[in-house]
Amino acid sequence: MPISRRDMIVAGLLSLATFPSKALAATAEVLTFDTLYESFGVLGLKFSAQVLALKDKPVSISGYMAPPLRAESDFFVLTKNPLSICPFCQSDADWPLDIMVVYLSEASPLVTAGAKVTVSGILDIGSFIDPDSGFVSQLRVRNASYRKA
Amino acid sequence: MKLSTSLIISLIGLGLAVPASAQVIYPLNRAEILAGSKFDLKVEFPVVVARDKVSITLNGVDAVKALGGTLEFVDKEDGQEASSYLLRNVTIEKAGSYSLEAKAGDASSKVNWTVFDTPKGKIAKNIILFIGDGMSVAQRTAARMLSKGIEEGKYKGDLAMDDMPYMALVSTSGSDSVVTDSANSMSAYTSGHKTCVNALGVYCSRAKSNLDHPRVETISELVKRKQGLSVGVVTNSEIEDATPAGMVSHTRKRADYNDIVRMFYDVKPDIIMGGGSPNFLPKATLGSKRTDEDNYIEKFKSEGYSFVSTATEMRAASQGGATKILGLFNTGNVDGAYDQKFKKGTTGKFPDQPDLAEQTKIAIDALSKNDKGFVLMVESSRIDKYAHSLDWERSVYDTILLDNAVQVAKDYSAKHGDTLVIVVADHTHMVGIIGTYNDDLPGTTPREHLETYQNSKFPDYKPDANGYPETVDLKRRLAFTFGSYPDHCFDSKPHLDGEFAPAAAGSVKGTYVANETYCTPGSVKVVGNLPTDANSGVHSADDVILTAMGPGSEMFHGRLDNTFVFRAMTTALGLAKN
Repeated sequence: MPISRRDMIVAGLLSLATFPSKALAATAEVLTFDTLYESFGVLGLKFSAQVLALKDKPVSISGYMAPPLRAESDFFVLTKNPLSICPFCQSDADWPLDIMVVYLSEASPLVTAGAKVTVSGILDIGSFIDPDSGFVSQLRVRNASYRKA
Repeated sequence: MKLSTSLIISLIGLGLAVPASAQVIYPLNRAEILAGSKFDLKVEFPVVVARDKVSITLNGVDAVKALGGTLEFVDKEDGQEASSYLLRNVTIEKAGSYSLEAKAGDASSKVNWTVFDTPKGKIAKNIILFIGDGMSVAQRTAARMLSKGIEEGKYKGDLAMDDMPYMALVSTSGSDSVVTDSANSMSAYTSGHKTCVNALGVYCSRAKSNLDHPRVETISELVKRKQGLSVGVVTNSEIEDATPAGMVSHTRKRADYNDIVRMFYDVKPDIIMGGGSPNFLPKATLGSKRTDEDNYIEKFKSEGYSFVSTATEMRAASQGGATKILGLFNTGNVDGAYDQKFKKGTTGKFPDQPDLAEQTKIAIDALSKNDKGFVLMVESSRIDKYAHSLDWERSVYDTILLDNAVQVAKDYSAKHGDTLVIVVADHTHMVGIIGTYNDDLPGTTPREHLETYQNSKFPDYKPDANGYPETVDLKRRLAFTFGSYPDHCFDSKPHLDGEFAPAAAGSVKGTYVANETYCTPGSVKVVGNLPTDANSGVHSADDVILTAMGPGSEMFHGRLDNTFVFRAMTTALGLAKN
């Protein structure tokens, strides 16, 4: 299907845009999925010293936005790789262990689902159950904004 | 056609005949039940019935009188306007034909069961059951080509699984559908009863809770209860996955991993080895997938198990004489043979994962210390997982992996003469070798490189000492083809750096699109033939091949139902004669 001019303009704007439009101004420490954990073993995971030191500080991290529960939402899951195969996955409990949950500063249409994005916000560590969805997370970026990577 | 209760009442009021919506009875019609094995009898009525208006008879005798046990009569099951009759944990001791009739007023249902004996008594001391998950004929053929070689049409060697005296074709459909999954197909092997997709060790009734369905006894429970045998469950999948879970579980839902860990603990197989550690860790531990604070690693250790998480620790436990070992070697599935050999997959995080053949030897060493005997199940699970992800080289490497493990068991069986060894798949995939791909041919698309018939010259895979080709990156390689697939980009080349991921989640939740990472020059975008909610290939209903050796193997010939495998194993062990 040929792409319309309107679609091309929107796509161009999207690649430049930051969501939500009010972005965090503070300089953020760059995190990568590879350095989140000091150890990742059969008996559990341990946060890296870098992550522990950045608790409650501004960070940025790039990853893939997993398709959200709702098209317009104030949170999404960020994964190291695009959501991979799970032929008989029956529940959301089958997420990879090293996910980052992103809570946006305000709800916005999550138009870049499936794409690589860079998230900026405040790093939050610890076990948390989302009151709306019941989703359990250990690591979050709060008050976040994102842009296409 | 189901009628609402109010419609039935109004029809009765008008004096019209109500079509008898029949009561449903579990076990199902034509069930074959081992004499003395435990099962739950359940009758589901389509409407609310009065307890005293109900007559349930086994060969004409009231079921409670015939079977014993405590009757549970539920007026309204799970709040529905429908009654249920339950007799749990009953056994039928005498072999023969049985008719279970359930009457309520005019409506009547009947099922027939065969209860079988094991008249010859114990002819095998031990059983080793190998499951090549998803292993179809094409994987066997390709494994033989890659690991043994072929010249002028004749193979230069046989697979260990080929060279076994008895062979049969086994049909795998479940009670509910043409195509099965690994759960109900494994359940057929471990319980002798057919059930539905996703179910393990239970019939699929209308009960709302996954844990509340009518149960059947597993072979692990039977051999421990009746003969005091040791049991081993060894796999390279998450230990909670359907095939290993089938050895111990009773649940309508294979995905309930946390329940399955508890079931492993209830049955306590002596050797438990696989991946899937997060479901053993208490919720408070970072990386846990449990919703409670139970620490199953500590629980098993307090029952005398040696806990190991690397191949080195496993060897040490074995050399130390451990007879009970819990081995968890990965947070997910254990890496397959290709990724372990070429250091891909998660080998960076888990550098010392075990090999299935070595695990088979260690399991046999530990289990054979029980002079009453043992039942060991060994699974090469990723033959199936890599078939789902359309990664044939990895699927075939894990077929060779299985074959190396089979050789260990055959050697043991030949030496001792008392061990029945069975090699079988749980179901098949839509796979076939249609020729060769040759990169030296002109053209930029896979079809221009495909050689068929007389042009499909023998490729030259060079196997190492364990039968694995030193490289799969050949100019001429097998055209191992998949027949069920989502949208994906295909270039005919092996995925050297990591498992193929043909499809990725689309922007609409629940749909999948071609994974653009692979849509490189030389590839073609293939439109999937599966529904858009499929992210990988699917199983097929084709029959599987079973081969066997040792005492009792002569029972396997011709075409068999998959439930017969349970019958043959329990017959070889003489399990009804206690």
